[in-house]
Amino acid sequence: MNREEAIKVEDLTVAYGEKPVLWDVDLTVPSGVLMAIIGPNGAGKTTLIKAVLNLVNTAAGRVLIYGEPYSKQRRIVGYVPQRGSVDWDFPTSVKDVVMMGRYGALGWIRRPGKKEADMALAALEKVGMSRFAERQISQLSGGQQQRVFLARALVQDAQVYLMDEPFQGVDATTERAIVTLLQELRAAGKTVVVVHHDLQTVPEYFDWTALLNVRLIASGPVSEVFTEENLRLTYGGRVSFLRHGERNGAPEDEKRTGERGF
Amino acid sequence: MDFPQIFSDLFLDYTLRTVALGSAVIGIVSGALGSYAVLRKQSLLGDAMSHAALPGIALAFLLTGSKMPLVLIIGAALAGWIATLLIISIVNSTRVKYDTALGMVLSVFFGFGLVLLTIIQKRPDATQAGLDKFLFGQAAALLERDVVTMGILGASAILITMLLWKEFKLLSFDPDFASTLGFPVRVLDVLLTTLIVIAIVLGLQTVGVVLMSAMIVAPAASARQWTDNLGVMIVLSSLFGALAGISGAVLSASVTRLPTGPTIVVCVSAIVIFSMLLAPRRGILWRFFRERRQRGRLRLEGILEDLYSLALEHKDPEHAHSLSVLRLMSAGKGGVERSLEILSERGLVRAVSPGEWALTRAGIEEAERAQGERGGGQDER
Repeated sequence: MNREEAIKVEDLTVAYGEKPVLWDVDLTVPSGVLMAIIGPNGAGKTTLIKAVLNLVNTAAGRVLIYGEPYSKQRRIVGYVPQRGSVDWDFPTSVKDVVMMGRYGALGWIRRPGKKEADMALAALEKVGMSRFAERQISQLSGGQQQRVFLARALVQDAQVYLMDEPFQGVDATTERAIVTLLQELRAAGKTVVVVHHDLQTVPEYFDWTALLNVRLIASGPVSEVFTEENLRLTYGGRVSFLRHGERNGAPEDEKRTGERGF
Repeated sequence: MDFPQIFSDLFLDYTLRTVALGSAVIGIVSGALGSYAVLRKQSLLGDAMSHAALPGIALAFLLTGSKMPLVLIIGAALAGWIATLLIISIVNSTRVKYDTALGMVLSVFFGFGLVLLTIIQKRPDATQAGLDKFLFGQAAALLERDVVTMGILGASAILITMLLWKEFKLLSFDPDFASTLGFPVRVLDVLLTTLIVIAIVLGLQTVGVVLMSAMIVAPAASARQWTDNLGVMIVLSSLFGALAGISGAVLSASVTRLPTGPTIVVCVSAIVIFSMLLAPRRGILWRFFRERRQRGRLRLEGILEDLYSLALEHKDPEHAHSLSVLRLMSAGKGGVERSLEILSERGLVRAVSPGEWALTRAGIEEAERAQGERGGGQDER
């Protein structure tokens, strides 16, 4: 067992009906990196995360978390789903949602108590939402919803975090706050994998990346694999992207952004 | 009708007491479980399950020759179950969408049930009588032992939801997350659906297969209007269900040949309408008045700001202006005079001469504050 491999995906294939969504993906995520999964719409980014979490049926392949099957390691894996995946009009409060992150550790039937409430408040403090603890969740803005989901993952106290588009539809302030939080997690030795849409911010936010388009195009340190050629292979001819050194202003090419989330 | 009489009968008269108790049990159980159905957007599944129960009732009778409620209820539950499984497998294995599958299964099962019912009623023996009461329910037919059976089943269902409180809450809010925490989401889903089936079949004899889904949906939808807390919602929903059940059943039992199902549904509809209109924050009336208040406030602020910007042009904040100018500035929106009167009652404006209005000191401060709140409002002059 290799302690250095936080996530190891081998020969992973997922198909919805006849159409393969992920094809023979081999991916290794070293422990302690902050990784972006990038690729065009329909590339299977969300499916990859869900396959790691055993939320979709896989046609082939296996997933190891620190050398063990996911089913044995779920306690050390935290999950931040897409904000839009739940009904925010559900009758519950911010604190209640965050405490859900402790339900797994609580086990069957036992209800959350003082300890769980304290953990939830501490996590809300970290994401700058402690004022909203008793707020009904339907009264939150998109960015606040995202922070609540992050807080819920924080109370899981995991080693490996999988996040599905945590930057989608959030304002600039929230985006900065989330980035800071992710970097703190990495500094604390956690491994963070993020489905990401904004190519421009990849080198700034992340140190590791995987380029995905049904197949895995490349994965590794951002400085090595985040190249124009790999991006072209991933996005086809549709996107050209500023090369590395150009980011700080060499103006020979019109700056073009990559595919952005909306 | 003699209401004091009905009230004393409620405790003394065997039939009425049985009917009221049975209906209360139905209301409580369907109100509680219905909350989950509504929150999980499965309201229509209840409709499909209750309609699909009809052939189960008929087949149970044909196979056993018994009209024991327990036998018929088991038949109903099985048929409801098969229908649910059928809907799920149609959705999973074909391109047919959920609502279409639901509609198909509901009507096919219900049609089949009606055919069986007709066949049963054409049989020469007299044992068939009464099965058609399952269509719209017959409260008066409830016996004490039926109510005991319903009570035990209902209490077990509610006990399970209390034990698995956080599990069902998580399942309803975010099933994927529940799964990553290690909870067997499929098992929980099946369990919760089973409890909803139990809630439905409990009410079939009294409310009938056609309208039972109203008891699942309506109390929960009403309760949601009044609270943002799941626990409060479930308790309220149970109370609403019990209230509708008791009043509907008592009404139908005191008027001859009045079917129970429709009467209960009329009662629960009254609760729904009341809640939709009057609930704070979510109610239609509440929202209407809030919007009106908001509009009124904005109009007053608008006139205050109009006066202020006019005054600035004159370098004298307390310079008076005629009503007609203000009318022109508020661009055809009526009520300028009335708004000015309200403002003058608050001491923000004063009438200098008839038809001439000016800001007071307080009015100037208020206008400046309002503009500041709006990020400066118009350009600086």
